[in-house]
Amino acid sequence: MSRLTVSSPLRPPQVTGEKSMVDVTEDVCRPLERKAGAGWKLLFLLSSLTLLMGAALVGYQIKKGIGVWGLNKTIGWAFDITNFVFWVGIGHAGTLISAILLLFRQKWRTSINRAAEAMTIFAVLCAAVFPVIHMGRPWLAFWVFPYPNLRGSLWVNFRSPLLWDVFAISTYFIVSAVFWYIGMIPDLATLRDRTTNKVKKRLFSVFSLGWDGSSRTWARYETLTLILAGLATPLVVSVHTIVSMDFATSVIPGWHTTIFPPYFVVGAVFSGFGMVLTLLILTRRVMHWENYITMHHLENMCKVILATGSIVGFAYVTEFFMAWYSGNAYEMFTFKNRATGPYAWAYWTMMTCNLIVPQLFWFKKIRTSIVPMFILSILVNVGMWFERFVIIVTSLHRDFLPSSWAMYKPTFIEVGTFLGTFGLFFTCFLLFIRFLPGIAIHEVKIVLSAQNKREEVIRNV
Amino acid sequence: MFKKYLVGHFREEDALLGAVRAMRERGFAIEDVYSPYAIHGIDEAMGLKRSRLPYVTFAAGFAGLALAMAFQYWTSVVDWPINVGGKPDNSTLAWLPVAFEITVLLGALSTVAAFLLRSRLFPGSRARVFHPRVTSDTFALVLEQRDASLDEPQARRLLGELGAFAVESKEVLC
Repeated sequence: MSRLTVSSPLRPPQVTGEKSMVDVTEDVCRPLERKAGAGWKLLFLLSSLTLLMGAALVGYQIKKGIGVWGLNKTIGWAFDITNFVFWVGIGHAGTLISAILLLFRQKWRTSINRAAEAMTIFAVLCAAVFPVIHMGRPWLAFWVFPYPNLRGSLWVNFRSPLLWDVFAISTYFIVSAVFWYIGMIPDLATLRDRTTNKVKKRLFSVFSLGWDGSSRTWARYETLTLILAGLATPLVVSVHTIVSMDFATSVIPGWHTTIFPPYFVVGAVFSGFGMVLTLLILTRRVMHWENYITMHHLENMCKVILATGSIVGFAYVTEFFMAWYSGNAYEMFTFKNRATGPYAWAYWTMMTCNLIVPQLFWFKKIRTSIVPMFILSILVNVGMWFERFVIIVTSLHRDFLPSSWAMYKPTFIEVGTFLGTFGLFFTCFLLFIRFLPGIAIHEVKIVLSAQNKREEVIRNV
Repeated sequence: MFKKYLVGHFREEDALLGAVRAMRERGFAIEDVYSPYAIHGIDEAMGLKRSRLPYVTFAAGFAGLALAMAFQYWTSVVDWPINVGGKPDNSTLAWLPVAFEITVLLGALSTVAAFLLRSRLFPGSRARVFHPRVTSDTFALVLEQRDASLDEPQARRLLGELGAFAVESKEVLC
């Protein structure tokens, strides 16, 4: 029934510190039952203040209109779409960990999948903020959905990649949220049976839906998880493929290329793992989960970053080569302009952070020490943000007609809104690790049971 | 309605699996087994059939695909065709992304709904908790006691021999 039982004795243990089943329950649940620590409170204060600032700025630009942004006639897309792609990309690592690694039977996903899935959901929320504001009249945002209306009915244009995006992102958000919640039901039941607080008991009873751990339910549950993983895997690939088509189906030099879908998907996984690594290094420290999120887990994530970072780097070089090989003067100019034009600083930041920096993970010493790993994980995200900025702004600012060339500079409002989404992201994540089980208790127990059996076999040999 | 059950509590997964097999071999009808996590091999030991959830996924996914394609055809070709960039009204290939997303969405949501319905999981549903720690680290093997064929003394003795740390009669509200 359970899929996670075969393991090689050569693999390092997933759970260290000689934990028993009851220890797993205790270690995950106890931090939720204690009062919040000073560290958590400080972080929460900071992030919720940032969120408030972001909300105020969003209110201001809705009132004034998006003329408060630094856009002009040449550059009609810049900061907002950069941030949108950045946040959607970050979400991809969560689904990779929860669905793709499940299908590949990678056991090390079990301690980190819950937090990674939560990250996905919050990241997609942050992403959704930008296109909605960019609509200018966000109260009419529902116009993007095809519903019978009094204008004809005038239907949406199903041939537009922007509309595909609407469907892809909404489906992705709904399926990820459902997958996350379904995974949490057994753990909510564990919390329900532990708590002595009446209000909490009531809440956990409602949300655990009467889960009692029956073997029949477990059997169906395992089938359900597998099906959802099987559906989420092509879904996550489709999401960033469609995001990339927002650009690739246009005729702008630097956008109109067939490499975009795979290049965007890998870049998304790359940046997402950077963010998961940043978050989990902090979380394991704050929640004292070092025995569950072990160095082995962190090292594996570094390896994924190294692999995807190398693919992204390869895509950069391929793009450059194809620009020359195509013989298209506009295409070649765009790439030369990226590397040597007025935005060269952004291009070389991207190249350094995405192509060179992750190569440091070839060294085991760096892959297994917290501080360098933490710094590198942040640099990866800086690099990936700049990648989107470079793709979007440098392609637009000098395209075909030199008379319409222009420069773009973000305003204070745009930068503040972007910071505000970090506030939203961290506020949500902090609330999540404070009130919900941040580690999948029941899945860790399956891994632990297999690990104990394996150790028994080794002892008997 | 209250129902009476005979419950054997176990601490070890292997002992529980052995007990399930042994009890069934001796002709006891096991009502259910409750555990804190999915146990490898319990479906075989219990003689559970393969779940039919994949059929739901396929049917719903297929319906989603058909619906999405039909709807896009109807809006773009029949109801109000609009010429956008000279592309044909019936641009089937351009409809695939949306059709794919709807396939996944309906497939996933219907499977989850079928799972919740079949397992009687809904807000307000009462959990049958046979031991407060059955969602943490103990396992419960449950026999229905109203069953006239249940030889209670023998069942108690057997469960004890098979490694149960406690055997008790329990009335549970269903």
